[in-house]
Amino acid sequence: MAEENKVKLHGMWASPYVKRVEIALKIKGIPYEYVEEDLVNKSQLLLQYNPVHKKVPVLIHDGKPICESLVILEYIDETWKNGPPLLPQDPYKRAKVRFWTSFVEKELLENVLLVVTSEGEAQEKAIKVVFEKLKLLEEGLKDLFQGETHHIDGENMGILDIFLCSLFGAHKAQEEVLGVKFIDPEKFPLLSSWVTALTEVAVVKALQPPHEKLVVVYQFLRQKALQPSADGVEVKEGVYVRSLSRSSPS
Amino acid sequence: MEVVKLIGTWPSPFSYRVIWALKLKGIPYEYIEEDLSNKSPMLLQYNPLHKKIPVLVHGGKPICESAVILQYIEDVWPQNPLLPNDPHERAVARFWVHFAENKVRCIWRLFRTTGGEEQEKAKKESMEMLRALEEHGLRDKKFFGGDKIGIADIAFGQVAHWLEMIEDLVGVKLIEAHTFPHLHAWTKNFKQVPIIKENLPDFGEMLMYFKKARDNFLASRGPGM
Repeated sequence: MAEENKVKLHGMWASPYVKRVEIALKIKGIPYEYVEEDLVNKSQLLLQYNPVHKKVPVLIHDGKPICESLVILEYIDETWKNGPPLLPQDPYKRAKVRFWTSFVEKELLENVLLVVTSEGEAQEKAIKVVFEKLKLLEEGLKDLFQGETHHIDGENMGILDIFLCSLFGAHKAQEEVLGVKFIDPEKFPLLSSWVTALTEVAVVKALQPPHEKLVVVYQFLRQKALQPSADGVEVKEGVYVRSLSRSSPS
Repeated sequence: MEVVKLIGTWPSPFSYRVIWALKLKGIPYEYIEEDLSNKSPMLLQYNPLHKKIPVLVHGGKPICESAVILQYIEDVWPQNPLLPNDPHERAVARFWVHFAENKVRCIWRLFRTTGGEEQEKAKKESMEMLRALEEHGLRDKKFFGGDKIGIADIAFGQVAHWLEMIEDLVGVKLIEAHTFPHLHAWTKNFKQVPIIKENLPDFGEMLMYFKKARDNFLASRGPGM
């Protein structure tokens, strides 16, 4: 492949944001070179490609960088027409998918991170919020799927599937570390069966770190956040991936 | 063409994002002013999750969240595109819309401060955000969209008009010609674009409205904060 057509992904092994892009590239069958970034010691390339946020993932295509996982997914969908679409064709369905993707990102993910990085009363409050948001998502799924069962396989994963997977693919590890069961089939039957189906997709399975490693990741993250240190208990993507980059990928 | 309705409120920058997009594309629509202190059954029906504006209703089907609405409008009505043709440039525009969604809210945190450490922190975050726009977003372009306004300019509209109101009320000046030359020029150029100029809330009325809202918020917070 000519240098200009090459696809590179700058990432970090434990980052769910990077995982989203990897899943999309694999679903579309796009060959790429993966570059592991040390986020404690960021490369010149990363700082050049993402000067605004200095974060991963960054996709490089034709020598040009694209940043922000959702932006990357839309770029992939528009650029590689072969393989399954990541967004529906119908504008109204696209809007619904974008709406729920934004919900998962802004309202669920942020609050789950809060549960991971807090304790005591603050954690109890955050847990309550997550359950409220999950209930809203469960309700929303009824409208989104409109009574049809949402069949997942490697052929029809879209951006919402990918985003949900990047958050709750590790739900068993989250359960083990937090002692809270978010993906509860009794409380959230539609959501639970959807998450279970997602974790069974071959591409997702291949990209998921083993359970034990994920447990370590969440424990590490929690420990780091609860330590009274210079980082403080800031629930930001930066803290999350900064903490994790100190654990080895192998 | 199916009927298009927009439920919004006159002081909201998010409402205006949708108005600007509809007007730029020449899409006729019915505007419905919502009273957020007494939410209508229509709003609760169309946006049961957040109960917020703006909501676009197209052929009876609701679309919520202004950033989602902008993309929807672009998908349905391709004339006068808000996004560039080139895939990489589209990604850059979307990156800045994403930035607007996540980073510009610091100006509203500043809006809620009266002084001290809280205000210093909010001011610092706001300045960093504006620095990113100046150095990486706008650089030496006239608009984020290049020679014409695009989706990113629309997303940053609150920086052009509402930020000045926040600056006045809080008593801090963030955008000055010598500190942010390109951004400063952009705020003027953006508001000179005819569709934008004709569709902005009156500055004086807006100032009064937000002053009252701020006073109410500060009073409810209580002293010593």
